[in-house]
Amino acid sequence: MGLTATQKIVASHSGREHVAVGETVTVKVDLAMSNDMTSPLAVKQFRSAGARKVFDATKICIVAGRHMPFRDEAFGKSVDGVREWCSEHGIANFYADMEGMDHALVPDLGFIRPGMLICNADSHACTYGALGAWGLAMGSTDMAYIYAFGETWVRVPETIRVRYVGRPAKYVTSKDYVLATERALTVDGARYKTLEFCGPALDDLSVDERFTIANMGIEMGAKSSFMAPDRKVADYLASRTDVPYEAVWSDEDAEFERTLDIDIGELGPVLAKPHSPDNVVPVDEVKGVRVTQVCIGTCTNGRLIDLQQALEIMRGRKVAKGVRLIVTPATAIIMRQAEELGLIDEFRAIGAQINPPGCGPCTGWHQGVLGDDDICVATHNRNFPGRMGSPKAQIYLSSPYVAAAAAIAGVITSPEAIAP
Amino acid sequence: MIMKGRAHIVGDHVDTDQIIPSRYLGTLDPAKLAEGCFFNLLPGFATRVRRGDILLAGENMGCGSSREHAPIAIKSTGISCVVARGFSRIFYRSAINIGLPVVICPEAIDFTAAGAEISVDFDRGVVESAGRAAEFAPFSPSILEILSAGGLVPFMSRRLAQEEI
Repeated sequence: MGLTATQKIVASHSGREHVAVGETVTVKVDLAMSNDMTSPLAVKQFRSAGARKVFDATKICIVAGRHMPFRDEAFGKSVDGVREWCSEHGIANFYADMEGMDHALVPDLGFIRPGMLICNADSHACTYGALGAWGLAMGSTDMAYIYAFGETWVRVPETIRVRYVGRPAKYVTSKDYVLATERALTVDGARYKTLEFCGPALDDLSVDERFTIANMGIEMGAKSSFMAPDRKVADYLASRTDVPYEAVWSDEDAEFERTLDIDIGELGPVLAKPHSPDNVVPVDEVKGVRVTQVCIGTCTNGRLIDLQQALEIMRGRKVAKGVRLIVTPATAIIMRQAEELGLIDEFRAIGAQINPPGCGPCTGWHQGVLGDDDICVATHNRNFPGRMGSPKAQIYLSSPYVAAAAAIAGVITSPEAIAP
Repeated sequence: MIMKGRAHIVGDHVDTDQIIPSRYLGTLDPAKLAEGCFFNLLPGFATRVRRGDILLAGENMGCGSSREHAPIAIKSTGISCVVARGFSRIFYRSAINIGLPVVICPEAIDFTAAGAEISVDFDRGVVESAGRAAEFAPFSPSILEILSAGGLVPFMSRRLAQEEI
């Protein structure tokens, strides 16, 4: 019996030849991460335990600039505390100068490579699966332990394989692929498991489009996402890092718990209705719903291609009256690329406002919090009650195309219906 | 160890945004986090909890973000233990790490009424309420080690002390 990629990564990080599904083992961590919201507690726990040194300062990366500029004094102070701790321990990979959010930044810096095992005190660590790495989300106390010892315990998970087949229609994006998967698997269909995505329709996607899919693994409860690294991943890395890596793939005869085929050819643009990411319907089912805010950005869809897709619909037009269009490039790098391509000017001409790079309004922390009567179409990954502010607000999750169409029409509508 | 208290009940898929909204994430003060616990879902929750009470939840408890503020908020209200049909994995790990016992026991959710007295016996692995009882599986060895140390921070201190000898 062959092995899944997950088994291989766990085995190579636990000094074992072979690990079985269901076993609990101790693994060495290649990269340990936390962010502006989760680092303060990790630092506090590290200190409370009496730890005096970190396991390896070069294997720690803290992105504390996800929610900037500061919303309040307390938050500024807590990021300063993390900065101090990083300087005390010689952690050079500390980002709190408005570089943006980790799940887009850290891969772009070449820090995520195939075969790596990454732990991050952030639930969207599964995003790194798009590069053939194993990104595990943890809480802050788990990270404090990892910062001290460089290891943690894991249970070797089962793998569910999701295979994308068929050819997508126009305006069907990787966001639609993953929302369709969400509908099929539900919010806990992959709980405690690896979601391994594959198939010809996945192979056709760019690496940036694949991040969108890997990112939403957690929205199905997955422990991690995984995609077999291919030529596109090698090319992506070639321009970003010269650190060697050992890619792993699942064996042909590996044991998958199940394989789910999703025919992209049968899919139109979809969105997730309030208040759950698995409440997915075709756009036509909710067309005509009035919209007050449209958000384009986040770790799911805040990359260059997402901004370009939104502009395909909106270019040269105007945001509908009564709609606030908020664009949040995920990182400062993406912001600069978008500026160089003239995209930011185009967004402004349409009537959009541009947030500083980062998480934007996704968590309801700042830069676009929703009130009771708001109805928002967002390219985000979560629409739980109260996620973006008021629990009465309605959040629909969609691709950049569907979000852009809503911004121009002022109501939910299919991109096809409104495309230039 | 036996924990006893009144039952408070929440449903399936209660995500961490519902447990503690993001506006409370700027603080680690337990009193503030208790105040924000279930802020929208069950306003005033902390004021109704008596120290030692037990929270019952449905499937996939604590899904969503990795914010450890969520189990801390629940613990800070005085809740001694969470019994659920199932937990999201990040919440499960974090609760154990901060010394908030979490028990998977679907049957107990079926027979326990809101406000009823409920007890969780960790030595016998039994949840009891209103004359009915249900068993739960013992913790895995790695989890048991952390729980018996009183959480991951004391567990860590112990390992640090050992390694420095």
